[in-house]
Amino acid sequence: MSRRFPILSALIALIGAAFFIVPLIATFNFSLRMKRGELSFEAYRSVFDSDVFLGVLGFSATASLMAILMGVLIVVPTAYWVRLRVPRARPVIEFLSLMPLIIPPVVLVFGYVRLYGSSSILPLTMTEAGTNVLLVIGYVVLSVPYMYRAVDNGMAAIDIATLTEAAESLGASRLRTIVFVIFPNIRSAIMSGAFLTFSISLGEFVITSLLNRPAFGPYLVQMGQDFAYQPAALAIMAFAFTWICMVLMEAFATRKPGQRLLPWRAPRSVTKAKS
Amino acid sequence: MIHTAPPSISQSETVPQATPPTPPRKPTRRNLSWLGLVPFLGFALLFLILPVFYLVNGAFQTPDGRYSFETMLSLSAPEIAGSYGLSLKLSFASAAMGTVFGLILGYALLLGGLPSWVRRAFMTFSGVASNFAGVPLAFAFIATLGRLGLVTLVLRDVLGINIYAAGFSLFSFWGLTLTYLYFQLPLMVLMITPALEGLRPEWREAAESLGASRMQYVARVALPLLAPSVLGCFLLLFANAFGTLATIYALTSANYPVVPIVLFQQIRGNVLYNPNLGYALAVGMILIMGLSNTLYFILRRRAERWQK
Repeated sequence: MSRRFPILSALIALIGAAFFIVPLIATFNFSLRMKRGELSFEAYRSVFDSDVFLGVLGFSATASLMAILMGVLIVVPTAYWVRLRVPRARPVIEFLSLMPLIIPPVVLVFGYVRLYGSSSILPLTMTEAGTNVLLVIGYVVLSVPYMYRAVDNGMAAIDIATLTEAAESLGASRLRTIVFVIFPNIRSAIMSGAFLTFSISLGEFVITSLLNRPAFGPYLVQMGQDFAYQPAALAIMAFAFTWICMVLMEAFATRKPGQRLLPWRAPRSVTKAKS
Repeated sequence: MIHTAPPSISQSETVPQATPPTPPRKPTRRNLSWLGLVPFLGFALLFLILPVFYLVNGAFQTPDGRYSFETMLSLSAPEIAGSYGLSLKLSFASAAMGTVFGLILGYALLLGGLPSWVRRAFMTFSGVASNFAGVPLAFAFIATLGRLGLVTLVLRDVLGINIYAAGFSLFSFWGLTLTYLYFQLPLMVLMITPALEGLRPEWREAAESLGASRMQYVARVALPLLAPSVLGCFLLLFANAFGTLATIYALTSANYPVVPIVLFQQIRGNVLYNPNLGYALAVGMILIMGLSNTLYFILRRRAERWQK
């Protein structure tokens, strides 16, 4: 093979890079033009100054964190139990965990609105708190495919059968085993799933909007209808936010149990030995 | 060992299934083990299966409660069939373009002899961009290719090309396709990478030593090997585009009647004047999503044979 410079490949990569980067540059540039005749961060200032922004962000962040918590509580014991005791149920559980990828969110929330609406046995949408619970549940369902995969991969990397036997022979109950032995060992996997969940649910629009929640997704759409420059600023911030979530997800997903997240920081034991 | 179920079970709700009939004498261990899955199965039943079942049940009824195929058949009414046609066309165009360009880009990155930092940069970026969908993506493209978008203005003022006068609109079919491409293309690059990495250098060397040109190798060896993966990825991109709602909602202010938008408005305010038709619309979506995902899994199975 010739070792010439790969002109064709480089050209393709260049076009690809342009397609990816030009919209970002254009959006960033656009977001700086709020003040006529100069470039300024006025649009960003205006977004942060609004109480509505902070309100919806707080609401969405809380709902997303609740969804992560609830997702972990449902997925971790299930994945553990499937691996340890009922491997025969694996196909069923895996199919169910992948089903949300087939059911579009708009269909899912349609079912919720009807099934848990005014005339049902469990009228969740009739109260504010009930609707919030339904919203969190919706986020959990959206994230289960990713959460289950992340946690299951985490469990594949450790020997849960041996760990469980060791814990039990030392007298630990099943709850203690899960909380103090299994959980710490798959913390990285859980964190990796958590960041993906967070990035999915923080700006989620369909379920949130149809349940009429004062959250970030519907706020974004409203901003798009009312303003010109703030949406561009919000898009840049959303991109940065997605980037951070993905980087953290990657970092946790590729970390081995016990390994530090930041490789350049000396492990505690070393620092101790030196002092 | 005592087989107590995990404590999280205590909050178990109405879950009739999952316990096979217990034999009369002594219950075996396996029967009790099933209990550990009750929280998950209960959750899936309540918030995944029953809602879908409710819609399917309603789709096979008429508004006065009779079971019939009438409602499902009325999906072929011109307006609704038009929505499905539009959705299918948009999903097909964005998936086809994403597949072809993603394959070319992926091939150039992985097998084109580029330095590895280029590949790593693209992979990282693709991970982000494939998740950058929804409303912010719509904003970014309005700022880029909208009527006053930066690229539109630069093309007009610097190069003298007025794309809007030439008939392009971000809020039309091809504008939407281009916007979808921003998450479809990186998704394709990410998903086709394992298949491209599975192309062994030996196969290429074998083809070359038999006198094949580079084009012959690509056309006669690489592409047939990649075909199941490529087709599978296409189906996944297709489903991905078909379910997309937020991006198109924010771009067109819900004025582009693809199926998800119509369904969204039906939930908001019964625009079809027939609740059961809404259920049928939803069931149609599930069928299309289910079909493309099932085919994807079958093709992936097939593709994995070559990747051992």
